[in-house]
Parts: sequence; C-alpha cells; structure tokens
Amino acid sequence: MDLRETYNYTVVRQFALMTVVWGIVGMLVGVLIAAQLIWPELNVTPWLSYGRLRPLHTNAVIFAFGGSALFTTSYYVVQRTCHARLFAPALASFTFWGWQAVIVMAAVTLPLGISTAKEYAELEWPIDILITLVWVSYAVVFFGTIAKRKTPHIYVANWFFGAFILTVAVLHLVNSAAVPVTFWKSYSAYAGVQDAMVQWWYGHNAVGFFLTAGFLGMMYYFIPKQAERPIYSYRLSVVHFWALIFTYMWAGPHHLHYTALPDWAQSLGMVFSLILLAPSWGGMINGIMTLSGAWHKLRDDPILKFLVVSLSFYGMSTFEGPMMAIKTVNALSHYTDWTVGHVHSGALGWVGLVSIGSLYYLIPRLYGRATMHSVNLINVHFWVATIGIVLYIASMWIAGVMQGLMWRAVNDDGTLTYSFVESVKATYPYYAIRLVGGLLYFSGMLIMAWNVWKTVAGQRPFVAPIPAVRLAHA
Amino acid sequence: MSDFTHDAWSLYIAVITLISIAACAVLLLGLSSRGAGDAGTTGHVWDEDIEEGNHPLPRWWLWLFVITIVFSLAYLALYPGLGRYAGYLSWGSDGQYQAEQASAATQYGPLIDKYLKQDIKTVAADPRAREMGQRLFLNYCAQCHGSDAGGSRGFPSLRDGDWLYGGEPEAIRASIAGGRNGLMPPMGPSVGSEDDVRDVMHYVFSLGGRAHDGLRAFRGKQKFDTICAACHGAKGTGNPQIGAPNLTDDIWLHGASDASIIESITRGRGGMMPAHKGFLDEGKIHLLTAYVYGLPR
Repeated sequence: MDLRETYNYTVVRQFALMTVVWGIVGMLVGVLIAAQLIWPELNVTPWLSYGRLRPLHTNAVIFAFGGSALFTTSYYVVQRTCHARLFAPALASFTFWGWQAVIVMAAVTLPLGISTAKEYAELEWPIDILITLVWVSYAVVFFGTIAKRKTPHIYVANWFFGAFILTVAVLHLVNSAAVPVTFWKSYSAYAGVQDAMVQWWYGHNAVGFFLTAGFLGMMYYFIPKQAERPIYSYRLSVVHFWALIFTYMWAGPHHLHYTALPDWAQSLGMVFSLILLAPSWGGMINGIMTLSGAWHKLRDDPILKFLVVSLSFYGMSTFEGPMMAIKTVNALSHYTDWTVGHVHSGALGWVGLVSIGSLYYLIPRLYGRATMHSVNLINVHFWVATIGIVLYIASMWIAGVMQGLMWRAVNDDGTLTYSFVESVKATYPYYAIRLVGGLLYFSGMLIMAWNVWKTVAGQRPFVAPIPAVRLAHA
Repeated sequence: MSDFTHDAWSLYIAVITLISIAACAVLLLGLSSRGAGDAGTTGHVWDEDIEEGNHPLPRWWLWLFVITIVFSLAYLALYPGLGRYAGYLSWGSDGQYQAEQASAATQYGPLIDKYLKQDIKTVAADPRAREMGQRLFLNYCAQCHGSDAGGSRGFPSLRDGDWLYGGEPEAIRASIAGGRNGLMPPMGPSVGSEDDVRDVMHYVFSLGGRAHDGLRAFRGKQKFDTICAACHGAKGTGNPQIGAPNLTDDIWLHGASDASIIESITRGRGGMMPAHKGFLDEGKIHLLTAYVYGLPR
C-alpha cells in the first residue's frame, strides 16, 4: 500500500478544462463585436448589441479565460514547488464552483444591460460580493499551501502569484465600493474625478497584477520546466519583482492624461509608467535568457515556442505602454484604436500565448500522459495564433495612428480637416483585417479544444504522488 | 487654485514620491554587483529539477533602469508633480490650452473678423466661407441634422424650406446661439376620446389637401378651432414665434403615418436644440448661420 501523500489535481483539472471553454466563449464574443463594427446590422437585439457585448467580451477573456488559467496554474505550481498538497480542499473546490457562478452571472447580467459602467469592474454588487468570497478563499488556499511547504525557500513563481492574489483583493474591494439602491443597481462610493482616479488605479493594476504578475508566475514555472534549464538570474528576479509590484501601483493616472485630473497626478502617473519599463523587461529577460544553452529546443518544441513568443509580445507591449504614457504620445494615441491594438498585443500575445503554452504542458500531465494527443496540432495552433496576432495589432496600430492624425488635422482657416465619421469610414479596411486576425486566433482555440478532447477523453484522472524534496547540491 | 486642502498633503505627495523613486534606485544598485555566482546556481531546488542561476543584472538593462529614474527626477523638477511645486517651467495644462487658443485667435482671427463684418447673405455667397461653414457643420451639427442637413425623425431638415422658427438670418442665428425648446403638450385629454383625436387628424389632413374622411374632418374642425388653432393657427399654417409647425405642407417632423400623428396629438412631443453660445464663439456662429442660410432649398 502506498502511503505517500498525493497532489490535489482535481481542482487543477476542472479549471484547466474550463480555461479552454471560456477562451472559446470570450474570443467568440470578441469576433462577433469586431464584426459588428464592420456590419452594424449585426446588432440584432438590445441584448446582443455592441455596448453590452463589449464588456461581456472583456470580462470573459480577462476573468473567465485568464482567471481560470491563473487558478489552474497557481494551484498546480504552488503544490509542486512547495511539495505539499493543496491546503483546505473544500475551499479550493468552492473557488472553482464560485468562480464559475460569477462567470455565468456575468454572462447573464451584462447582456441584460445590468452594469456599473466601470470598465473591467462592470459586475453589480451581489456578484461583487461573491467575487470577494471566492477571492478570500483563494488566498486562504494559496497561502495555506505556502505555509505547509516542505521546501525551505518560496519559489519565485509563488511570489508573483501571491502578489497577484493579495493586490487583486485590495483593488476589487476599494474600486467596487458602492451604495446599493436595488438588487441590481448601485452607485459608486466615489464621485467625479476621484471616481475616475480610483477606477483607473484599479484598471491599470488589473493589467499589472491580474494580467501581468499572475502570468509572470506562470512563466517562471513553465519555462524552466519545459526548457529544462535553471532560471537565468535570482538577483534579477528580486529586483524586477519588487520594482514591478511597487511601481505599477502609481501608473493609473496615465489613463487620464489631459482630463480634469490635476496636472501633478498626471505627471506622477507618467514618470512611474516610464520607470516601469525596466522592471517589466526584467521578467522578459529572465524568461528568455533561461533558454541560453537550450535555444535549439525552440526548433521542434511548439510548447516552448508559445512560451518564448509570449515573452516577446510581453516585452513589446511593456515597451509600448510606457511610451503611450508619455503625454505627448498619449495626445495622439488616446481614444484611438492604437489603445485597442496595445491591449491585444498584451492580451493575445502575452496572456493568451503563455496560458496556452502552459496548458499544453499541463493537460497531459493531469491525465497521466507524456504529451498532448497531437504535437503537430500544437504547432499549427502556434502559427495560426501568431499570424492572427500580427494581423490584429498591425491593423490597429495603423488605424489608431491614422485616427489620431485625422482628428488633429486642421485646415489653414482653423477648421478641422475631417469630421469624426470620416475617420470611422477610413478605419473600415483595418476593422476587416482585425476581424481576420481575431478569427485566426479564435480558430486556434478550436484546434486546441479538439486536441484537448482527444488527449483527455477516456483517460483516468492521474493521481500524482508528492516526491521527496531534493536537497541542494551545493 | 490648489488641489490640496492642506499643505501637509502637498508635502506628503512630494516626500512619498521622492522616497519611492529613491527606493527603486537603492534596490537596483544594492543588487547590481557583478560578484560571484555568475556561472553557478543559488543551490535551491524545487519540484525535482527547477534551479536558479544567479547571473549579475545585465548592464544594458541596469542602465536603462537608471536612465528612466534620472529622466523622472528631471521631469519632476521641470513639470508639476511634487505636490504643490509648480515645476521650473511653470507649465500647466490650463496654460497650454489658453496659449493654444490665443495662438489660434492670432492666426485665424483676421479671416473670421473679415466675415463677421459682412452680413449673412454676403457670407453665404462667399465660397471660402461656405467651405468653412460646412466643416463646422459636419463637426457640430451633422450628428443630429445629418451630413447633408436633411434631418431625420425628430431632427428638422434644414433644406426643405419649412422653418419652425423662421428662416431669416437673424432667426437662424438665434436658433444656433440660444437653442430652442419645442414643446407640443399632450392634447389627448382635452380633445377627448380616441375617436375624437382621429377626427382632428382628418381635419388636419383636409387643411393640407391630404386624403381624408370628409365626415370625420367635419367633426374634427370644431375641436381643432377651439384647441389647436391657438398655436397652429386657424388654417393650420403654424406660428414661427413659438415654433408651432405648419400642418399644411405635408412635412411631418415626427412621422407622417396615422399612428405617429395620433401619438403627437395624444401624448405631445418635445424637441430640444441645445444652445451653442459660449461653446462656439461669435465668428463660428456667424459662419454656421450663413452656411445654413445658404443651403440649397
């Protein structure tokens, strides 16, 4: 009889499969609203109109797809790197069912037009309370597991997961503070420019902690695992971790350049966004340099391709971000599709690719298999997705810069050269290219779903024993 | 005006900002040595085979970090950021806006002044002024009245010759500058039953020569004369003083169908043209008035 303790893979498996499902749902809604911008006739009912589906798309990809990917990987990584079974399994199970309930409620209320109208925090207060309960449980499970670890040190991936969990709790509680009026209607606790500032303090840290710190945690486990190389530099981890989580906190005001926000607050948002460049790139360097001595593996390992190319997009969008935070650049880019392109180079390129690569590593292991059903299809997925991203972001860059230039063009008599609708008309071809890019990325997810199905169907869930801690060989 | 309710807040912002930037620098420089550990690992192992190297910070990256810190300090010396301190350049977004407005006034002022001195009919005939007027129209008016000024339901066409408040230059200028509040009160209760309302509608149709039921129109006349004529006139030709539309020209702002007209009588209508005075300066209002006046009718 084997008396060794085992890892809790059940909740990891549940979240892993739902990540794929929500990825497909969220991206399908994205494809639909991209099409609505080309063919407004597709706004067939109020429930399926652009204004209601757009927040559904962002919530579905960030919190349903991205959130499930983070739960999957953090629960897996924290167990494996602590050599400890997940703390409080009942709470872990509650986080799964609770989070799925949040997503389903979002999918019902947003099309009904029930929304707080705060970007990325649209869900009304009853759902916010459920989010809070799930999140506190998540923190208990995660930090409880850290506490019972058998390794002397806490692995760097867990620093990032931990920072992500703690900060998102604070962000959610502060920004979602509201006065309920009815069961499905509330008003923000803040007014005027303070409300805007709290909202973008939340909004940019949602990017910094939900979409960056959490996914860096993912990167720090799956890249060294897949490349079979040590992480490049512990020192770099320390510097970029602390600098990143500290500096992100200040960056929010760059969303409010040239608004009623006082000039001093705008300036602080701008300079800290610039300081953020190096800490962001620290993560990229640490991941990419981990491959030194193993570059040849990139040739025939599509999982590694996903992981490394995700870091390239991470580096690209974290260079672009600080540049767009400079007031002079922002004066051109703000309110244009350039912002949309920037967000998607982060979302599709960084968050999407690193999650997909990690899942391709993870899913066979959760079902006791060595690899996915088809490694070739992983490769196909990689190319379809990458071409999709390039089409998407290149078209939105061109469209955004064009819009910015058209909006500011002035005739020699002082009148504006273009009316707004002329800039919309000029954007049509780029909307079409963006739709093609989005469709490619979406079809990649369908390929993945089929591959996952063939990998897990009929397989018995794998029960993994916890290995003994290998002591340092120093 | 200061953004701070108390000096202490200004000081708090300045101090915490500088300490924060300094903390980034200390963290960076504290771990920047090229010392030992370059090739080896830290000796920690997780999950059987994850190890950590301990390479020194890449120099180009370290310098990139330093440059952003130096830039930030310089920026905060020149521009507002450290609490109440205005920055060496005394720049402010208000000041920048006013400077840009002043420079635009210098650059375009003479041209606008030239048109301001001319009367509307002269400006309306000037091709360059019409071009300017059209661009202003496309940015400020087209959202409601349409790019071709043809209007849509609830938003009047400006080229059908039917002016709710008069089509003379001064009336058009007054509409643009001061806005208009069009109000048709709900008349259902005064007129009577649904059938009575329908009778009034047939009488209105008869005034404009539209197909109608003679008996119903006969019955509706009495109601019209006592209730509707006060605003729309005894012959239904309207009153531009109060924006009461002409009912005889077969132009229906809120729809021409029986149902729309019954709805208008029963439940009333409201229309609002916002005032542009203050938002648009006198020169722009002058050019827009001339443009609208000169639209082909």
